[in-house]
Amino acid sequence: MKLFHRHPFIGTALLLAAALMLSVAIGPVFIPVDTVARLLLAKLPGSSIPVTWPETYEAILLHIRLPHTALMTLTGAALAGSGAAYQGLFRNPLADPYLIGVASGAGLGAVLALAIRWPGTLLGLYTVPASAFLGAALTIAIVYSLARIGRAVPTTTLILAGVAFSSFATSLTSFLMLRSNTELRRALAWLLGGSIMNGWEPVWAMLPYVLLGLGVLSISGHALNVLQFGEEQAQQLGLPIEKVKLGLVLAASLTTAAAVAFSGIIGFIGLIVPHLVRLTWGPDYRRLIPLSILGGGAALLLADLLARVVMAPQTLPVGIVTALAGAPFFLWVLRRAKTQAYW
Amino acid sequence: MLEINALSAAYFETEVLREVSLSVESGEILALVGPNGAGKSTLVRAVSGVIPISGGKVRLNGVDLKGLGYMQRARYLAVVPQARELPAAFTVYQTVLLGRTPYLSWLGIAGPKDHAIVQLALERTHTDQLAGRRVSDLSGGEQQRVLLARALAQDAPILLLDEPTTHLDLQHQSNLLNLVRQLCQENNLSVLMVLHDLNLAGLYADRVALMNAGCILATGSPEQVLTAENLSSVYHVPVNVIPHPDYGTPLVLPDGHALEKAHP
Repeated sequence: MKLFHRHPFIGTALLLAAALMLSVAIGPVFIPVDTVARLLLAKLPGSSIPVTWPETYEAILLHIRLPHTALMTLTGAALAGSGAAYQGLFRNPLADPYLIGVASGAGLGAVLALAIRWPGTLLGLYTVPASAFLGAALTIAIVYSLARIGRAVPTTTLILAGVAFSSFATSLTSFLMLRSNTELRRALAWLLGGSIMNGWEPVWAMLPYVLLGLGVLSISGHALNVLQFGEEQAQQLGLPIEKVKLGLVLAASLTTAAAVAFSGIIGFIGLIVPHLVRLTWGPDYRRLIPLSILGGGAALLLADLLARVVMAPQTLPVGIVTALAGAPFFLWVLRRAKTQAYW
Repeated sequence: MLEINALSAAYFETEVLREVSLSVESGEILALVGPNGAGKSTLVRAVSGVIPISGGKVRLNGVDLKGLGYMQRARYLAVVPQARELPAAFTVYQTVLLGRTPYLSWLGIAGPKDHAIVQLALERTHTDQLAGRRVSDLSGGEQQRVLLARALAQDAPILLLDEPTTHLDLQHQSNLLNLVRQLCQENNLSVLMVLHDLNLAGLYADRVALMNAGCILATGSPEQVLTAENLSSVYHVPVNVIPHPDYGTPLVLPDGHALEKAHP
């Protein structure tokens, strides 16, 4: 625990490494971590490692486990990173991509793009996140203007506006899904936060958006720190707040949208992870954002592992697991929010 | 030096500052007094660039405010806000270090020079002992000193204070204002301070400006401005003004007759 407290980055990186190993190793077929390592090394050109594992291992690892693990890591990192940014932007401990409706808005955008029936083509794979991004950005604009009272965005109105808009977007999404001819079960699983895409394609399609969004957020910790003193003080300290807010909202929404487009609507990761980071290492956003990104990857991998294991061989949508853990956590934060001293 | 020339500003389309002209020399404290809603805080907001100016000019050490970006402006002018909304978990040191924002890059990496300036600001406001504490654990007076330290770390020649003594008790009020006076003289700052308490304004300010309904009614020495005539016309209650027994500065008292009428 001491290592964890003193060296936050080493601590979270170790946690992520452990989660990655578990995620790759565990499944219907157990593949020991050292076998994974040797198998990967053997794939390198010019290696002379003898093949001592069943042939199926290679297919399972390269075409199922590794891409799925990569997708979950990126998604968790994206949700936790954007969650931390939203919390800082709104100066609100309960801002989470799911609770403020951005995830549902992005979902609606993604389903609209799917309904036009591009899927399968490369173009389709890249228009889905773009459409999800438009949905997310539009949602933020609507929810923010609904929730704002004067110059403040109180928790109650933010969550109310977010939940109301979220239900609206979700109903539209369900309607579109019912109307279209896609297989309903798969679509429903996606809504609950289960990936409907396999292989490396979604990983490569998601990567540029997530890298860009999280990159911007990672270097914006100082600006978020200044913003914590309120917009007026931030301006007086020399921060061009309108530009900063717009840039950060766009970056966080892009990140959320990419996660939703490829992994479905997964709640609470963006709430739980930044809070735990804040509780352990304090409120400095220069550390909070990158630590949330690392921790978010680890957290979603562990939730996903649970989702794959509890009803094996069936797989639960991971959104169910995060909601089961996240909803009580949400209530705990809500209670704490009154007397919080770590925020 | 701060020069405000015929400044007008509107807030939700109602004009709240009407051609306000003021100037504050280096090494001078100007106290801005007046009833609630007179536009005192609006003036601080307009001068610090938080709300747009609809007319007139503000010059900071001779430089027009309009031509300055956010960062440049924050190097000329620092504001000590009321200590109401401070993020609870920030430490005193983190808070004061943010005063260096106008000199830092986007990443906010502070160098040895920045840390030295912060250390000095902490020492001069007697908050160096509190450096590791969370701002939420401090008393109102301590928080106000931390905000003063942050403004000092901004290293700006002009200092604006918005009712710095409102939530403080007598001891902390005079400690804070003595500190402001001392810093003003040592750093040759131009200090514009919004004050509610007319007696403190009389005691600590070099000059006083009386504001009402968005206009400046009078500026001058405390003796010239804080007169019974001026004050009763603005506050709509009869007042007595007597000289301070030690300093001769004006002391403002509610009129005895008015009290009798209110509580016969």
